[in-house]
Amino acid sequence: MEKGGFSPVGLRVLVVDDDPTWLKILEKMLKKCSYEVTTCGLAREALRLLRERKDGYDIVISDVNMPDMDGFKLLEHVGLELDLPVIMMSVDGETSRVMKGVQHGACDYLLKPIRMKELKIIWQHVLRKKLQEVRDIEGCGYDGGADWITRYDEAHFLGGGEDVSFGKKRKDFDFEKKLLQDESDPSSSSSKKARVVWSFELHQKFVNAVNQIGCDHKAGPKKILDLMNVPWLTRENVASHLQKYRLYLSRLEKEKEIKCYSGGVKSIDSSPKDAEVNSGHQSPGKSSFVFSGGMFQKATETDPKPLASASLSDPNTDVIMPPKTKKTRIGFDPPPISSSAFDSLLPWNDASEVLESKPVLYENSFLQQLPLPSQSSYVANSAPSLMEEEMKPPYETPAGGSSVNADEFLMPQDKISTVTIQDLDPSAISCMKQQEFSSNVTNNTEAILRSLNWELPESHHSASLDTDLDLSCLNGDRFLANTGLYFQDYSNSPSLLSELPLNLWYGNERLPDPDDYSFMVDHGLFIS
Amino acid sequence: MDALITQLQRQFRDYTISLYQQGFLDDQFTELKKLQDDGSPDFVAEVLTLFFEDCVKLISNMARALDQTTGNVDYSKVGASVHQLKGSSSSVGAKRVKALCVSFKDYCDTQNFEGCVRCLQQVDIEYKTLKTKLQDLFNLEKQIIQAGGRVPQVDIN
Repeated sequence: MEKGGFSPVGLRVLVVDDDPTWLKILEKMLKKCSYEVTTCGLAREALRLLRERKDGYDIVISDVNMPDMDGFKLLEHVGLELDLPVIMMSVDGETSRVMKGVQHGACDYLLKPIRMKELKIIWQHVLRKKLQEVRDIEGCGYDGGADWITRYDEAHFLGGGEDVSFGKKRKDFDFEKKLLQDESDPSSSSSKKARVVWSFELHQKFVNAVNQIGCDHKAGPKKILDLMNVPWLTRENVASHLQKYRLYLSRLEKEKEIKCYSGGVKSIDSSPKDAEVNSGHQSPGKSSFVFSGGMFQKATETDPKPLASASLSDPNTDVIMPPKTKKTRIGFDPPPISSSAFDSLLPWNDASEVLESKPVLYENSFLQQLPLPSQSSYVANSAPSLMEEEMKPPYETPAGGSSVNADEFLMPQDKISTVTIQDLDPSAISCMKQQEFSSNVTNNTEAILRSLNWELPESHHSASLDTDLDLSCLNGDRFLANTGLYFQDYSNSPSLLSELPLNLWYGNERLPDPDDYSFMVDHGLFIS
Repeated sequence: MDALITQLQRQFRDYTISLYQQGFLDDQFTELKKLQDDGSPDFVAEVLTLFFEDCVKLISNMARALDQTTGNVDYSKVGASVHQLKGSSSSVGAKRVKALCVSFKDYCDTQNFEGCVRCLQQVDIEYKTLKTKLQDLFNLEKQIIQAGGRVPQVDIN
């Protein structure tokens, strides 16, 4: 999103909640706020969605309690991987929980029931975050020694009193800031607001771009800017940064030429020049040290020079970090927080679980007293796998148009956007059906319910199909008993039947559901 | 016809108020009604459908978790379902159900078996009662509309 063009309207919100009631309500409320809403019933689904479209959402709202993942964990992941603002929700307002939310980085914690007024202002978190990013870049977070760069330029390497432990981000950030700052004006930010201070991320992008282009001599600011793809950055910003970067590189080159590599931490001379040189030639040796991110050893010798402090190695690292020579990868290379890293931590990522939906009820079903008892018995009798999963359908409803999943369950069938079967040719139908089936494993439960002649939204029913079902009702329990188990097995291997070229079984253009196929087999209607 | 409509409307109003006064519903239900608009005229009914479905499922989970014949009762499992039901009931303004969940949760935390079983039974009765009452309310609405009238906005204060 462009810096200047922020508007709450159309804010892209991802709502994650395993409670379908809340999901529906929140979706409605958020839409009323003119936001663009996507809903999701599972945390892992949410992560998948977020990772798939890294720039697809502005803010995430998530419940704290979810069956597949702790809401706080999701919060962590989102914060780390995507740096999106996350709002937590819960019916539980215990201080400890709220605190936990804040500690894990939630930008807000809402208590259920949530009110419209609370949702109306969530856009402030998005805006705030964006402003913070800009502010960080402009150096508000600075806290190191002010005259660092001066000393550096005088070839005195100082730790500036910073701690030895390799807090990469902070250090690099500070260093970068130094790199850009005027020597005569070491104090940061406030005076020179117009100047861009290069954060670690930004510099990384810069370096990546430079590397991409290859030899940095040929890399021009325009090209780098294009590659960096940072909308608010100007060519001038890049140009000045590039200039300094080149100066830095050339300085390092010079140092290297003077001394040969000795690898590892050597005794460091007291003279400034040597110190500089040492740091220079230590760079390659140090590099792996540094990248491993551990504490690195201080120079064993103490530097008699007052300016060179004991934390000599720090400035070395800082010095070496960005302008590694062309040989090695330039930049700070933090452990890339890519999804792959997280994937290894998430055991369920590879699990392809069958998502079952709950029995579908007609929109007014709670108003029709009838179905309830049979429904509950259905619930009790149905495949244990259905209940034990205790999972709810992931309500992934893209914003804008019709919310497919939710409405599908509740609205009468004519409202469903269907593909009229008559319009398609057989092969297309079979493909479609196979897809529909495999993507919608709810079919088995729906089929069972259909058999009970409940009015269910069914996306493809031709007249003859209805007749078949009506027939089934005559058999009543027997049908259910027959097919209950069948469907159970079926649900475990949904692909089996759907892979069969159904058009082979039936010569006509109307292809039955896989469910109906089983029914027909049972009742001897299958004709080979 | 007008007399009929007026009468129905009054019944509707009175019934609604009584539901609030007797603690079946709280202001979340009011909020729900506010969300209903021309774009989604059956919104409240749909949400309630989801809620009652959830009740059935969660209560059956609780019952299974409290089943001693399968071994030791896993109170954390019961508690988890209770927590979910609490959240769910808060979404529709099912005040009594929600209140029951609070005590139910306490019994789970203290691993009080009898208390839990009692709460389970009560919660079952409670949600069914609410369901019946809301069905009646919606039926009244339907009658008003069928009679050609408009469903009044009831102000709960």
